[in-house]
Amino acid sequence: MAEPRKSDDSMDATPNVTEVATADAVTVDDSVAAIEATVERGEPILQVRNLVKHFPLTQGVLFKKQVGAVKAVDGISFDLYQGETLGIVGESGCGKSTVAKLLMTLEKATAGEVFFKGQDITRLSGRALKAVRRNIQMVFQDPYTSLNPRMTVGDIIGEPFDIHPEVAPKGDRRRRVQELLDVVGLNPEYINRYPHQFSGGQRQRIGIARGLALNPEVIICDEPVSALDVSVQAQVINLMEKLQDEFNLSYIFIAHDLSIVRHISDRVGVMYLGKMAEIGTDTQIYDHPTHPYTQALLSAVPVPDPEAREGRERIILSGDVPSPANPPSGCRFRTRCWKAQDKCATEVPLLAVPERFKGTGGHAAHESACHFAEEKDVVHAA
Amino acid sequence: MTIIDNTTADVPSGPLLEVRDLHVEFHTRDGVAKAVNGVNYSVSAGETLAVLGESGSGKSVTAQAVMGILDMPPGRIPRGEIFFRGQDMLKMSNEERRLIRGQKIAMIFQDALSSLNPVLSVGYQLGEMFRVHLGLSKKEAKARSIELMDRVRIPAARERVNDYPHQFSGGMRQRIMIAMALALEPDLIIADEPTTALDVTVQAQVMDLLAELQREYHMGLILITHDLGVVADVADKIAVMYAGRIVETAPVHELYKRPAHPYTRGLLDSIPRLDQKGQELYAIKGLPPNLTRIPAGCAFNPRCPAAQDICRTEIPALLSVTERDGTELPGRGSACHFWKETIHG
Repeated sequence: MAEPRKSDDSMDATPNVTEVATADAVTVDDSVAAIEATVERGEPILQVRNLVKHFPLTQGVLFKKQVGAVKAVDGISFDLYQGETLGIVGESGCGKSTVAKLLMTLEKATAGEVFFKGQDITRLSGRALKAVRRNIQMVFQDPYTSLNPRMTVGDIIGEPFDIHPEVAPKGDRRRRVQELLDVVGLNPEYINRYPHQFSGGQRQRIGIARGLALNPEVIICDEPVSALDVSVQAQVINLMEKLQDEFNLSYIFIAHDLSIVRHISDRVGVMYLGKMAEIGTDTQIYDHPTHPYTQALLSAVPVPDPEAREGRERIILSGDVPSPANPPSGCRFRTRCWKAQDKCATEVPLLAVPERFKGTGGHAAHESACHFAEEKDVVHAA
Repeated sequence: MTIIDNTTADVPSGPLLEVRDLHVEFHTRDGVAKAVNGVNYSVSAGETLAVLGESGSGKSVTAQAVMGILDMPPGRIPRGEIFFRGQDMLKMSNEERRLIRGQKIAMIFQDALSSLNPVLSVGYQLGEMFRVHLGLSKKEAKARSIELMDRVRIPAARERVNDYPHQFSGGMRQRIMIAMALALEPDLIIADEPTTALDVTVQAQVMDLLAELQREYHMGLILITHDLGVVADVADKIAVMYAGRIVETAPVHELYKRPAHPYTRGLLDSIPRLDQKGQELYAIKGLPPNLTRIPAGCAFNPRCPAAQDICRTEIPALLSVTERDGTELPGRGSACHFWKETIHG
């Protein structure tokens, strides 16, 4: 396995040098912490190091000149281990879907690396890229627009075989598709039906079957159940958990519904404005959050139990998420943070286990990017 | 046992809005879709009624019928009455309805971006309420718009009044929708999934604002949602809808503690919890019914774990729910043949 590259060589690809300098400082520390973690868990299947994606903002029609960049993802690092689910939560615009696209190599990273089993996939092209892509598949949010209405279910699920014919020989495809339909709990006789003949939950099952077609090792799920009704959501979540056990899949589960993420994830990362604010196991993040943003996010979740609600503290954040084209200096959350001090405007907090919790062995000892990290339970009634 | 008339029991002055035995159907190529099949509910001033249901349960169609914005055809109201302050709105002329709509009953829609006109400034759109309904001049209307934007706490209202919808964030746009609904100080606001498109932190801000304004103006509020969490925070009473019928009514605390309908219980069990890591989720089997072919008897029977023969033949009425010893539970009703078993175990 290749040693994750240090971030020196990522600089030349980035447009804004001063920004990178700050991002740099964060991520060197990140990777160290992440590598420490690998010792306990064995081989990670996916390692993300200092991943950056800037979308250029241009002005002028004929002579386009770059006037800035939307810093959608600005230096994030994490690992995904075999057979685990890593949840990624955050508000709209925090960059979580861009991360998904970068991992799928649907977008080209501005800087940083994504190692799949030790191989940096951001630098691959041609045949090598195609081979890696087989192993990383995606399930999309909207089961209504992510299925071509003019293709039959059999053609939709079988289409990956056209691109990777080595997975299923031509004569065998129909049987494979029917098998897949059966695996996701649909009647194999539906193979000639069209998407409009199915309900939302059934369509999402079709999307999952398509994701499974090439026997991938990693599936990236971008809001897979948010378009579904509550009673159907549970069915799809249960199916995904069953498939994970059956095929030893690793999931990146991106969602804004924090309860669902807790339910399905082994570890959870909280993103804010292109950076990872806090990452840890589900117990660490939900029961012992140390980053103020995580605390605010958790406290804002409406809980379907009026009595539990009354004992809980609510932190109502003021204002909106700042524009990723012009993020605040220092800590990006400081403009909405009630703890913000001068230091927060000048110094970018590193994503690391806070000094004071180091070696305590408690649940608060997990990576959190806050100068004033403090444990606070906002989920349980006082 | 009495058929529940969950209208005036606890309100001396009489309800603001009362829907009685409302039916709505749509004529489609596949046949008649029965979207609403005999809904009864009422809201008083200062009260929040949450109508909870999944897509296709008829919760929005009921609201559209109340508001008078149902497309007819293909929609049709074969039966029912909608009383606003004692007057049946379904018997009014279009002119009379128009006077109520916007001035007395206002609506907030889910998707603020598509509900606002993208080529007109928000100030113009807010001001339209005053110009059209109150006949104010352009200048006066603009001043009132700025006031309103202040009321819903849009920062720098004076500078932003001429901005266009796309220049506002999702939360700010929803505030503008709220401002527009409040403009003529209506007696009743119908909010159809007002926070569904928003992030949780913004959702909390918007719900707080709505609740605060409701208290201040002593308005009735009908909150239509599919989110059991949002309801728990703000509602006084809840009506759960399934396949065009109300299957359960209850004061908010009671519903979560002791559901009296298997569908409500299934919904509550199928949502994961934030405060603990659960086991496998309970999933209600099957799918919501096709509205052109609603199952005979109780519409929930094919998905119900407790269904018996009677459930497949007889439509259960919404009956009042009592304690084991027969004491009435005020405001509670269940449309299940076996509500006793469901609530008392």
